[in-house]
Amino acid sequence: MIPELGHFAIIIALLLAITQAVLPLVGAQRGNLTLMAVARPAAQGQFVFLIIAYACLVYSFLVNDFTVENVARNSFSQLPEVYRITASWGSHEGSLLVWVLMLAFWGAAVSVFSRHLPDDMVARVIGVMGLISIGFIAFLLLTSNPFDRMIPPPPDGRDMNPLLQDWGMIIHPPMLYMGYVGFAVAFSFAIAALISGRLDAAWARWSRPWTTVAWAFLTLGIVLGSWWAYRELGWGGWWFWDPTENASFMPWLAGTALIHSLAVSEKRGAFKAWTVLLALTTFSLSLLGTFLVRSGVLSSVHAFATDPARGAFILGFLAVVIGGSLILYAWRAPKMVTGGAFNWFSREAMLLANNVVLLAAMGAVLLGTLYPLLMDALGMGKISVGPPYFNAVFVPLMAPALFLLGVGPLTRWKGESLPDMVTRLKWALAVAVVTGFALPFTLEGFNPWATLGFFLAIWITLSVLIGFRERLKHGARLSSLPRTFWGMQLAHFGLAWGIAGMTLVANYEQEKDVRMNVGDHTTLAGYTFTFKGTTEHDGPNYRAARGTVEVSRDGKLLNTLHPEKRIYNASGMPMTEAAVDYSFTSDIYVALGEPLDDEAKTWAVRVYHKPFINWMWYGATLMILGGFLAASDRRYRIAVKKLEAPAGAVARGA
Amino acid sequence: MKSRHKKLLVIVLGVVGLGIAAALILNAFQSNLVFFFSPSDVAAGKAPTNRAFRIGGLVEDGSVKREGDGLTTRFIVTDTAKTIPVIYTGILPDLFKEGKGVVAEGRIGEDGLFNASQVLAKHDENYMPPEAAHALEQAAKAQQTVVPPQ
Repeated sequence: MIPELGHFAIIIALLLAITQAVLPLVGAQRGNLTLMAVARPAAQGQFVFLIIAYACLVYSFLVNDFTVENVARNSFSQLPEVYRITASWGSHEGSLLVWVLMLAFWGAAVSVFSRHLPDDMVARVIGVMGLISIGFIAFLLLTSNPFDRMIPPPPDGRDMNPLLQDWGMIIHPPMLYMGYVGFAVAFSFAIAALISGRLDAAWARWSRPWTTVAWAFLTLGIVLGSWWAYRELGWGGWWFWDPTENASFMPWLAGTALIHSLAVSEKRGAFKAWTVLLALTTFSLSLLGTFLVRSGVLSSVHAFATDPARGAFILGFLAVVIGGSLILYAWRAPKMVTGGAFNWFSREAMLLANNVVLLAAMGAVLLGTLYPLLMDALGMGKISVGPPYFNAVFVPLMAPALFLLGVGPLTRWKGESLPDMVTRLKWALAVAVVTGFALPFTLEGFNPWATLGFFLAIWITLSVLIGFRERLKHGARLSSLPRTFWGMQLAHFGLAWGIAGMTLVANYEQEKDVRMNVGDHTTLAGYTFTFKGTTEHDGPNYRAARGTVEVSRDGKLLNTLHPEKRIYNASGMPMTEAAVDYSFTSDIYVALGEPLDDEAKTWAVRVYHKPFINWMWYGATLMILGGFLAASDRRYRIAVKKLEAPAGAVARGA
Repeated sequence: MKSRHKKLLVIVLGVVGLGIAAALILNAFQSNLVFFFSPSDVAAGKAPTNRAFRIGGLVEDGSVKREGDGLTTRFIVTDTAKTIPVIYTGILPDLFKEGKGVVAEGRIGEDGLFNASQVLAKHDENYMPPEAAHALEQAAKAQQTVVPPQ
């Protein structure tokens, strides 16, 4: 009964999505206020019904209703309750329902937080979001119904993939989706602006906080995924340039370019056509990412679907969205008036450079991700493009952009004097260069990559400090600085912190695979690891060999770690559960390989020393906080009211 | 700056950026593409001897042998038509098993021994790496069509 209720709720949500799309768009075109007024309640209603549908799905998982095929394939009676809830988005069908639910959430959020926007704008934005909803709910109902029954039911479920049974996975997919789908708001604002022809500074101001929040969620989702891979895959790596990672990284790069270009559009009225194109691109890349991981063309932990109908549907939808929006763009964009003039050395030019580099990097990732798929599809042989390619392309592209990041925020709009800038920054530059060269010598001797990383991290940090000092010198108090400024500074400093962490861990990490018998010890990076053997250990839905490894330094015991080798009951799948000693300056990471003798006394053990790896997560956290802080700035809510009249005037004039 | 100049600047910056990116990408592409060969391809001498490539197929039953150090493993990859002996030092992925699909990246020595630098971890037990599946398909096809012995 409950699953049918959920199914029914999705159908009602689809009907509401159709209403939400058609009536407000028609109303906005005809200037009919009654039709436009349908937008808000329809969006909120759609959200409510999808919540009901989702609650039904979670309920089916909680009560182990194995007559629902989705539950039978992805859950297990012994699975702990919290994972039964997360299993609801661990499957293809469930994750798609989350996608749709998030989209409805953003639609409802727009309907609530848009009191200050003109009615026709709201109607169009929500209408376009309704169109996207229709596509995805139809996809859900036609190809991937999460409530399909399986009669007779199997005696027990097939269990959730053990790799996903980790609390990092509890929040990674919803956050990632919040980001992916959040760009639908930026997309809808862009389409609404194209339809209405009202593409002005006010438009940029309206869509800016939404875009920044979506970007912050996407960042959070990516970082959680990376953190999960680090802890859970047992290889100690945190980024693999795996196609599924790239699928989320491409919209991130485009989205990062978008939030910067929106700044120019808002403050200076320039780059408008470009900003709109970026908004379309970013969401298209989100859809491409969805297609890549959901269609089964990639094989990884994320790819569940091997049903060609699903891939064809998403590809078709992708074609409609990209094709349709580009046609609209080609028709409308030439009518846009470009904004104010600027000098070659100005904030605008710096942000333009930022955009060029970010998009070039995105293009490189896109090529490296799609080329092997294309070759395969054309029957031209199987190839793979691994981390060496991405590192070789990415580092040289990003390094100059990161250098300019130290200059850009200090540059004035319109034009800046180069000699002045040199005077302002020469000490920072000198300090960054000297420490960049000196630091590697204090560690392990000269290392050009470490020098580059340290230089950039210190350079950006100093530039952030100079930014604060210059503001304060001009009479501002710290508390009176706008949140947009704080957000930017925080995010930029977070990036610098993350770069420092990456540089340290990439250049100074150590790892060792050793054969260890009970009582054996090995040393790495000054730490001594003593293997005390393994014991049998029963988990809720697995059995594990639980190792005991004592970590000591200079004869003093620091910590006892318990890495595990688990065999999951339902699937019989073995899994490595690494044990990590986290600290501010380094992680000590121990993973069990396999037993090398029959009594399981001797094991292959992998030990890692990861200096400062946590700095990456700290830095990323600051970037995310910076995003939320900037989006919460008062001026996005208050100043708009004052702007409404001139914005309308511009629209009539254009 | 006049808007004509600004446009020119935009275009020049864009072209320069794209040019640099394209140069980097093509350069990196040439040196970092890893091609895939099935055991039959390798037996036919199609695989390069001077650069790394990937092989895939099934781990032959009963072929996994450990060396004395415990960390070096020898095994045989088969596509059911031809086989390649492989040597790898390090910890094997969780789902490495005899009779299951495997993909390895590395170089081939003059003695025909494939020295793997990486044995790929797979996420799901029932899942066959596409490269391995491809190798088996090719071998099956080749065995159906009559091929004169070489």
